[in-house]
Amino acid sequence: MTLDDKKRVLREMVLHRRFEERCYQAYIERKIGGFLHLYPGQEACCNGVMEAARPGHDYVITGYRDHVHAIKCGTDPKAVMAELYGKETGCSKGRGGSMHIFDVAHRFMGGYALVGGPFPLAAGIAKGIQMKGGDEISICFLGDAANNQGVFHETLNMAKIWNLPVLFVCENNQYGIGTALHRSTAVHDQYKRACSYHIEAAQCDGQDIDIVHQHAKVAVDHVRSGKGPYFLELMTYRYRGHSMSDSRGYRTREEEDEWKLRDPINILRDRLIAAGALNAEEFTQIEHDTDIYIEQEVIKFAEESPEPEVADLEKYVLA
Amino acid sequence: MAEIMYWEAVLRAHDEEMARDPLVICMGEDIGVAGGTYKATKGLYEKYGEQRVIDTPISEGGYTGLGIGASFLGIRPIIEIMSVNFAWLAMDQMFNSAAKVRYMSGGQLTAPCVFRSAGGTAHQLGAQHSARMEKVFMGIAGLRVVTPSSPKQAYGLLKSAIRSDDPVFINEHELMYNMKGDVPDAEYFHPLEGSEIARSGTDVTLFGYNISVHWCLKAAEILDQQYNISAEVVDLYSLSPLDRAGIRKSVCKTHRAVIAEEDEAPVGVGSEVIAIINEECFFELDAAPVRVHSAFVPQPYNHTLEMAAIPDHDDVVRAVLKLLGKA
Ligand SMILES: Cc1ncc(C[n+]2csc(CCOP(=O)(O)OP(=O)(O)O)c2C)c(N)n1
Ligand SMILES: [Mg+2]
Repeated sequence: MTLDDKKRVLREMVLHRRFEERCYQAYIERKIGGFLHLYPGQEACCNGVMEAARPGHDYVITGYRDHVHAIKCGTDPKAVMAELYGKETGCSKGRGGSMHIFDVAHRFMGGYALVGGPFPLAAGIAKGIQMKGGDEISICFLGDAANNQGVFHETLNMAKIWNLPVLFVCENNQYGIGTALHRSTAVHDQYKRACSYHIEAAQCDGQDIDIVHQHAKVAVDHVRSGKGPYFLELMTYRYRGHSMSDSRGYRTREEEDEWKLRDPINILRDRLIAAGALNAEEFTQIEHDTDIYIEQEVIKFAEESPEPEVADLEKYVLA
Repeated sequence: MAEIMYWEAVLRAHDEEMARDPLVICMGEDIGVAGGTYKATKGLYEKYGEQRVIDTPISEGGYTGLGIGASFLGIRPIIEIMSVNFAWLAMDQMFNSAAKVRYMSGGQLTAPCVFRSAGGTAHQLGAQHSARMEKVFMGIAGLRVVTPSSPKQAYGLLKSAIRSDDPVFINEHELMYNMKGDVPDAEYFHPLEGSEIARSGTDVTLFGYNISVHWCLKAAEILDQQYNISAEVVDLYSLSPLDRAGIRKSVCKTHRAVIAEEDEAPVGVGSEVIAIINEECFFELDAAPVRVHSAFVPQPYNHTLEMAAIPDHDDVVRAVLKLLGKA
């Protein structure tokens, strides 16, 4: 990534962070309902991988922690916020909600709420790419705990024997809701599980975007060049609770503080400042402008958009 | 009698049975250290330890099958599936192993497991977290299905389910865990089969189960006060087997029936109850029975659409008025 790229990505990451924090507030204000899973702390994962891939061209699929992945693929943040508000202008027409952001035009193939569900779907998308002969790849972002589902193993096996162009990105944030990884999972290094299916795999820091990007580039090149699936494990941390009703009793505040010392946005910011490509005032300005954009455009759009019509309840059930 | 919450009733049943029998264990996601999504296992991990209160990986098919296997040796697992929507992943083991093993082994093996799971539409949880799946479970031979409508039933049905030598699926509702109700101080076992008259009446029978019992009770109140209609409410806490005799008895008394369920039609408790009425007492009917149910759509996220998709007590009132030719 050039310094210009990095500066653009920093802006995006600030947007991703502030967008999610604004969602938190909107949830408290009861503008957003249902379950809400936020992304702060993990921004370098999605951004680092997608900077190595081709957002809007490559197919992306993920779980319920999906807002940022969609925005990174090119979905208008306004359409995501409108979806969270349940509005007709939302990217899933208000029918999906936070866990089901979809934007097929940008090849964001959706957020799914059942843990592990996207694994075989990602492999299936890769099968489709393979059959159609395109140069896209399929990228599946999921958590660490999802790897304990049977379909993880079934999918890895099929992806390997059929040499499918799929990149599995494991955002290892150490927890599945309130259960620590070491309590639920025999093999702590997730990439080793992929190795057992003879899939190329690597593990790296998920907080430093440069490191993520370097590893993701190797992974993406591998998959795009027809060498088959790849599994990339990113070591990261979610700052907030799993969802909104989580008091985080299963981990210590010290552990959280320690991770925050390696905040992905701060790491990139400081690197750009050290390189003379950014100064502190400029960064403050970015944050400020982002907040204004979110308030005056994103929130305003969601607030002012119409609700779906009750008469359309059965629309979209069948073709 | 003490008034306690539904989740406390479920917890009390766990606690008493685990204290009594060291072979009773419970397992599920986040039930131990975290105390359970709905607090139904709160404090048990501290009390009984990690061998008996087992935090499982997110492997529904795996740990459900493991619990069933343990039950072959006489262990009595209470398996919590965090949300009934995730039970799809466990159904192969529930249906193909637990429900069939007694029959296909000619009675040699049995799977005395309890499966507990919360279903239903809560607040805007969307299509993959709002399902009701009673209709799926009640169609499986070899599996008992009960669905408590009150803390007393939640306590007494779980107690009986744990002692039962059959696999029992207990269908709970996400919105009911904080509901309060009287539970006897003394140990109490609720029968796993049968039905209960929750309110006596003469003009029409409202059949409900779990949350829809409460819509029916509220509707009966409105019908009584505003329309001078006397509605009987029958609580079908056992969905498999359904209480044919209880259904017949009430319909023979009122000659009219409305069945209320949160599940969507087609296919469901409503269709089944109507089939039973046809088989048992068709000529007692003064009017065609009516079903009240959800729209046949995956649950929408938008609040207004969500409310439009599911029924409530007003829909029950409307159904009764229609059935009586008053609307
Ligand atoms: C099949 C299924 N089982 C259980 C759940 C409940 N659940 C939602 S998220 C989650 C934890 C997943 O953890 P992980 O895969 O590490 O992803 P993270 O949330 O940490 O990003 C659980 C148990 C679910 N949604 N689907
Ligand atoms: Mg995790």
